Amino acid sequence: MNVTRAFKTPGGVIKAVDGVSLALGQSEAICLVGESGCGKTTTGRMLAGLLRPTSGQLLFESKDVWTTKGKELARFRRSVQLVHQDPYASLNPIRTVYQTLSAPLFRHKKVSDRRGAIGAVTELLQRVGLTPPADFLIKYPHQLSGGQRQRVSIARALSVDPRVIVADEAVSMVDVSIRISLLNLLLALRDEFRVTIVLITHDLAVARYFARRGRIGVMYLGRVVELGTSELVVGDPAHPYSAALVAAIPEADPTLTRSKERVELRSAEVPSLLRLPSGCTFHPRCPLFEEGLCDVRVPELLGIPDGREVACHVAVRERAPAAELIGVR
Amino acid sequence: MPQPQPVPSVAPDSVLSVRDLSIIYRTRRGPVQAVRDVSFELRRGETLAIIGESGSGKTTMAVSLIRLSPRTAKITSGQILYRGEDATIDVTRLDGEDLREFRWSECAMVFQAALNSFNPVINIWEQFLDTARAHGMNKTTEVRARSGDLLRMVNLDPDRVLRAYPHELSGGMRQRVLIAMSLLLEPAIVILDEPTTALDILTQRSIIDLLRKLRAQLGFSMIFISHDLSLAAELADRVITMYAGTVVERAAVKDMFYRPRHPYSVGLLRAVPRVTGALGSLSSITGSPPDLIKLPEGCTYHPRCPYVIDACKEREPDLLAVDTPEHDARCIRWKHVAEIIGTGEAAVAEKLAVRT
Repeated sequence: MNVTRAFKTPGGVIKAVDGVSLALGQSEAICLVGESGCGKTTTGRMLAGLLRPTSGQLLFESKDVWTTKGKELARFRRSVQLVHQDPYASLNPIRTVYQTLSAPLFRHKKVSDRRGAIGAVTELLQRVGLTPPADFLIKYPHQLSGGQRQRVSIARALSVDPRVIVADEAVSMVDVSIRISLLNLLLALRDEFRVTIVLITHDLAVARYFARRGRIGVMYLGRVVELGTSELVVGDPAHPYSAALVAAIPEADPTLTRSKERVELRSAEVPSLLRLPSGCTFHPRCPLFEEGLCDVRVPELLGIPDGREVACHVAVRERAPAAELIGVR
Repeated sequence: MPQPQPVPSVAPDSVLSVRDLSIIYRTRRGPVQAVRDVSFELRRGETLAIIGESGSGKTTMAVSLIRLSPRTAKITSGQILYRGEDATIDVTRLDGEDLREFRWSECAMVFQAALNSFNPVINIWEQFLDTARAHGMNKTTEVRARSGDLLRMVNLDPDRVLRAYPHELSGGMRQRVLIAMSLLLEPAIVILDEPTTALDILTQRSIIDLLRKLRAQLGFSMIFISHDLSLAAELADRVITMYAGTVVERAAVKDMFYRPRHPYSVGLLRAVPRVTGALGSLSSITGSPPDLIKLPEGCTYHPRCPYVIDACKEREPDLLAVDTPEHDARCIRWKHVAEIIGTGEAAVAEKLAVRT
């Protein structure tokens, strides 16, 4: 896809996502990371076909989704599923797990009677680790823990054989102690059903773990500023913003975290989306800022020799990752 | 009327001594044992981190330290001894004016920087003024000067911020304002509840650096509660792990992160991925936390523990001394855990990766 999405607000038009291009491969694990307001959720909602891009296209099997209708559109809707952040809000509180999971099966005519539905739901529950399934069929959301609810949400997404699952902060609201098991579940499902999973998260450590054999896209103020393998993006960030994030993140290791090299930013203030800086939107904060270049020209997302893409004039010109240029490698 | 009992003495280097504190919540299903026999010392100038999952009792315990618990909560036993400048007091017995005095001027609490920590209809200056007046600071010029100083200390521009309403500030700015406000009456103790949760990474970093600077400048003691272990790794001198309402391990920060001896601490540390360094062998803790109305027999962690033996199911262990005098763990299997984890200075997930 290649999309832009603007929102009209009383204060003016906000470009929440500005020219984001993303191609998803089959059975890929990809993470979109960034801070609040970077447009990662808006991008996810456009990917899932829930928001219409103001300009640009969302292509599914080479067809523009927003021009398709009828059966074809239904097929897209089935093929791309969303798992929401808040498992307390995304499940209907007056429906049992069976009701929640069987509804899409009936709707998409995957089953025709109750017996078939019970069988299919049982299998789904088993697949997402809610065992023994019989114990969960008749439970209501309030009888489940946060982690179990999120497993139900994942099962619901799986029920219609999707090709892509967009998981927006899907592990942020569950306890730290069980996040890894949910991420492992998503990765296992990716392998088993060859489904592509887009995980949207603000947590770089979660992104690193989830996409350790996939890609990470770092977003800043509506644009993708770096896209590449997890190993490179986190291990040796090419964009100065990614480098700042990696350097700033506190780690659960006292010696390491207290001796991490910092990236000094020129300003702590995040610009308003209503008044975006000229040129590269990161230039007022960037330690690699060059006057006459960064504040004038908008950097494109360009490939660098190690195979990733970065939107930074300086890193591309120097053919070196920002982490090295700043000296935090 | 029971006779007032004398307040026990507190070690001279301690500013707060919590002893055998138990708290229940009354519910229709029966009493929830939210906090059970919690004891710890907070030394002057020290930073203590309390970690654990949601439902481990850490917030209930922390809120009770300034007696802000909801009405359904009841302290059933124990003492919270505060060693002030003139005398030692038992916070559990304070009421009325004494309690007000203790809150804020001796011990302040900073809640998550949500909007609801503020009064939404008055500006920041009036919030400062309200707080000051409630605690007997009545000279407006004095409050103005002090709040200006504090806001500058937290890297905010007083001229701009004091006139602003809470909703006009970003999350990071609100958290700074709350921290500045907590220091208004120069408390000896500051309690912070999830001070960086819900903040962006770069903002988190600036709050962490700010807390470190303020602590060095002003010398207060800090207790913070967080499910974020990296915050403890950044700031804490000592760490307490809570599980099912009770303390399961207490240790100096490096001992907790590199040489944990309670399987639950090990489980927590192993569940957190890192950004730099080796990923190691990560895994989640199986099962879910126990029902606090009907606790498991024996060690409350035994249903989830990978090292469980029959003896674990018989009685709940005491806090046993391990390794160093500053380190104890509520686990009869701690020697076994010690064999697995060893003594080297490396993250638990890395060590476990080498073993498997």
